[in-house]
Amino acid sequence: MTKHRLFIGLTLLQVMVLGLLLVHGQSQVSTRLRQELPDLGAVVKTLQLTDLSIWTEARYTRHPSQADHFTPFQDFPSALEHFPAGSIMAPPRTVNPQP
Amino acid sequence: MMRHLKILEYALSSLLRRKYKNLSIILVYAFTIAVLGSVLFLTHALKTEASRLLADAPELVVQRIFAGRHDLIPASYADTIRSIPGVAEVRPRLWGYYYDALVEANYTFLAVEADPPGLTMLAGRLPNGPGECAIGSGVAGARQVEVGDDLYLIDSTNLGLGFEVVGVFRAESQLLTNDLVVLGQEDLIAFFGYPPDLATDLSVVIRNPTEVNTIAGKIKRLLPDSRPISRSEILRTYAGVFNWRSGMMLSVFAAALVAFCILAWDKATGISAEEKREIGILKAIGWETSDILELKFWEGIAISLTSLLLGLLVAYVHVFFLGATLLAPVIKGWSVLFPTFRLIPFVDFYQLLVIAFLTVTPYVASTVVPSWKAAITDPDSAMRG
Repeated sequence: MTKHRLFIGLTLLQVMVLGLLLVHGQSQVSTRLRQELPDLGAVVKTLQLTDLSIWTEARYTRHPSQADHFTPFQDFPSALEHFPAGSIMAPPRTVNPQP
Repeated sequence: MMRHLKILEYALSSLLRRKYKNLSIILVYAFTIAVLGSVLFLTHALKTEASRLLADAPELVVQRIFAGRHDLIPASYADTIRSIPGVAEVRPRLWGYYYDALVEANYTFLAVEADPPGLTMLAGRLPNGPGECAIGSGVAGARQVEVGDDLYLIDSTNLGLGFEVVGVFRAESQLLTNDLVVLGQEDLIAFFGYPPDLATDLSVVIRNPTEVNTIAGKIKRLLPDSRPISRSEILRTYAGVFNWRSGMMLSVFAAALVAFCILAWDKATGISAEEKREIGILKAIGWETSDILELKFWEGIAISLTSLLLGLLVAYVHVFFLGATLLAPVIKGWSVLFPTFRLIPFVDFYQLLVIAFLTVTPYVASTVVPSWKAAITDPDSAMRG
């Protein structure tokens, strides 16, 4: 009768570690939102940024929100893509609503 | 209670008898959940961070479209927009791209107005005179320059120009500034050879935020070749970019799901002769069908719960402590400058529940159902296979 104790103990340990990580994550969220977000917001406001600097390989991956209607993402979801970043980015919804 | 614990004990002993097979199932299962969890954690954190960061983006950006392409916008458009009631301010934005052949990377050039405010996310200051620049940490790393050094670039006339680096953005702002080279307006106009009275686009400040769409409509009517992009559209784009159905996520999720279905199918289509004989023996020595189902239920739970928790732990540590290092090469693509993810750990508990439901339930079901078939047959024929 030791195996089930070991199993329950191990499962509880895993749940506890995951719970602690999530609680730690939540505290990180509030701390960083309070400490970093205003400073990052000031950067966005001063430089008038519109996009995240993640994929720098092409115009429409660097600035997906500013891309024109003739980029691969604006065509249709399964359009042939030329850049690997297209594998993680979905086509944006119609950026300019039709009147 | 004691009865359940004894059945659990027997289930664990039964699993341990085939420990190498079960251990390999746990590893594959946990790996699948870790990959799926990593992609979900990463995209959700990026999506949430994008929505918080870009909440301070310009309320309305107006581009000019010429022959279906983004074109430079004349200063006279700013005057037209300024005349619309409700518009507080129109500011021309000057920005562009630069390919640095030296490190084979693309930079984003941006002009900042004179007398810029100080930024805490910047070591140093923003340029406030000719020949000065502030750069993102990605550019600083690629060119190995720091505050006080000169950054040499080739302008539109193929002339090498040196800019003094007066500020480097801190690593904490990499997600926004990694590839930026910020210059003064005059420098940027001279560098790219901008024609006079033209800007890349216009940013519009609106007095009443509820009027954004109305003003965007008026701009489109007054300037038919313009394209207004509101902040809510920018935010919507990012919500769309990282949503559940996005390409990579769908592929990874579909592949993981197919692999998992094969595993479940393999278990559901039949249990081994050895397992059937075991069920027959248990029935013969007096176990009820419900006891056998409970036994198989505990076996399924032991494997799937261990794998789920292990997979989620690995995914969390991988994304939020190790900066998604294993996933980064996959999503990096051809970007030479790519930020190191230092994500705020936003976790969607709904996603955790979905992962748990989509993985634990089918596995437990596929363990219990074939055993139920064997458990209701005559012990003698079950033992004979």
